[in-house]
Amino acid sequence: MGTYIALSLGDLALALLLIGITIFLSYWQKLGLGRDLLVGTVRSFVQLMAVGYLLQGIFDLQKWYLVVLALFVMIAVAARTAYARQSVRWGALPGQMFVAIGASSLLTLGLVVLLILKVQPWYNPRYVIPLAGMIIGNSMTGAALVVNRLTGEIESHRGQIEVALSLGATSRQAVAPYLREALRSAMMPTVAGMMTVGIVQLPGMMTGQIIAGTRPALAVRYQVMVTYMIAAATALTTIGVALLAYSHFFTRDHQLVGVEDHGNQA
Amino acid sequence: MEIRLEGVSLSLGEKEVLEDLTFTFPSRKISILWGPSGAGKSTVLRLLNRLVDPSEGKIYLGEKEIGLWPVLKLRQQVGMISQLPYLFAGTVLDNLSYGPKLRGVKTDFESRGRELLAMVGLEEELLFRPSGQLSVGQQQRVNIARTLANDPQVLLLDEPTSALDERASGQVLALLGELRERLGLTMIMVTHSKEQAREIADHVVMLREGRLEAQGGGELLEP
Repeated sequence: MGTYIALSLGDLALALLLIGITIFLSYWQKLGLGRDLLVGTVRSFVQLMAVGYLLQGIFDLQKWYLVVLALFVMIAVAARTAYARQSVRWGALPGQMFVAIGASSLLTLGLVVLLILKVQPWYNPRYVIPLAGMIIGNSMTGAALVVNRLTGEIESHRGQIEVALSLGATSRQAVAPYLREALRSAMMPTVAGMMTVGIVQLPGMMTGQIIAGTRPALAVRYQVMVTYMIAAATALTTIGVALLAYSHFFTRDHQLVGVEDHGNQA
Repeated sequence: MEIRLEGVSLSLGEKEVLEDLTFTFPSRKISILWGPSGAGKSTVLRLLNRLVDPSEGKIYLGEKEIGLWPVLKLRQQVGMISQLPYLFAGTVLDNLSYGPKLRGVKTDFESRGRELLAMVGLEEELLFRPSGQLSVGQQQRVNIARTLANDPQVLLLDEPTSALDERASGQVLALLGELRERLGLTMIMVTHSKEQAREIADHVVMLREGRLEAQGGGELLEP
């Protein structure tokens, strides 16, 4: 690692100039965002400082159980956020989000940390925490997208689904086209991201490494791995949570639930 | 196969949709379920192939209570023709092979498809036509053929002609009469048209506000 310019708190205060410009623009154009911008400025400072000190603590102590605890909290917050973004919610959904995001994130993280990077010791927080953050964050977005789309597809295709059921389809078979549609749409942003990475924008991971002194030719290698890792985590999470979630709409006897409120039953 | 309801009630939330229904749909006949909107006619059909279960009471298919049938087998035996055709994406052949393929039936789907099209009075050229390119009348016939592909014993028909013009409805009704003769199917049809019902009914069940009002022969529908 080469030398890089560390920021003092005084330097950071100068960065407030940037917020000054933003607030000025907001007043000038009467956007009415001044108050929110101020709150946002304070919140981003406090939250990031707190996380910084927390991570510093975890890095200094180098205890496996602290790393595991951090992962647990990250997954729980991701599951809760993905749940909160749903227009249709049910009791088991937070648990289903937690299981799907947790299992697929840990599997992906395990492959990256143990097989590709061969991190020593396995819980080395300097690698595990940032990688987990990227994996879990993308899993969360995928989970939120896929469940929203799935509930929408099922609601708008009740007639078709019941026809399939009446022809002898299991609930899984009846819902298959809509499951596929939901998975495709949730994977789309990730796939589109893979197509444009490095061209439209330089991802944060790579940017950070370059500023920290890594040669760009090496930094991109990490980014390639991160891109693949995000694709795998998103695919695993979306499939996992969709397979858990669709069953909410059906009974064991392959009946579509709640149709009485929607269907024509004259 | 005969279908018998014994003391069947269904509540959805606070609302009592069906109340203490006891009656029989005779075997190998066309029964008409008749009644004003909201009488619970479509709900009765939905009960018979277990798209929904009653809150109370029992339903028998032949001698066996329908809850004792494996549900997928029951739905193959008791076919439902929906009001709207809801054909699946793909060709007519894809639609006609959907049910048998679910059950892992191995057969020559093309010749079976031609047979089914002939049965519902459609030309066999339609077999490879995308389902979206059919007229509404053709779609409803393919819908019927798709259910017949499962070799059901019972057909439930939920206003199968409501989306069709007079000529197409007449053809579908004639087809149902023919199917009763040729395949010995037990049919239960919901319809809004008294003329249609009179024309085809062997047996009539009248519902009002979820209760049985009358049952008997076609004479119940006389003006």
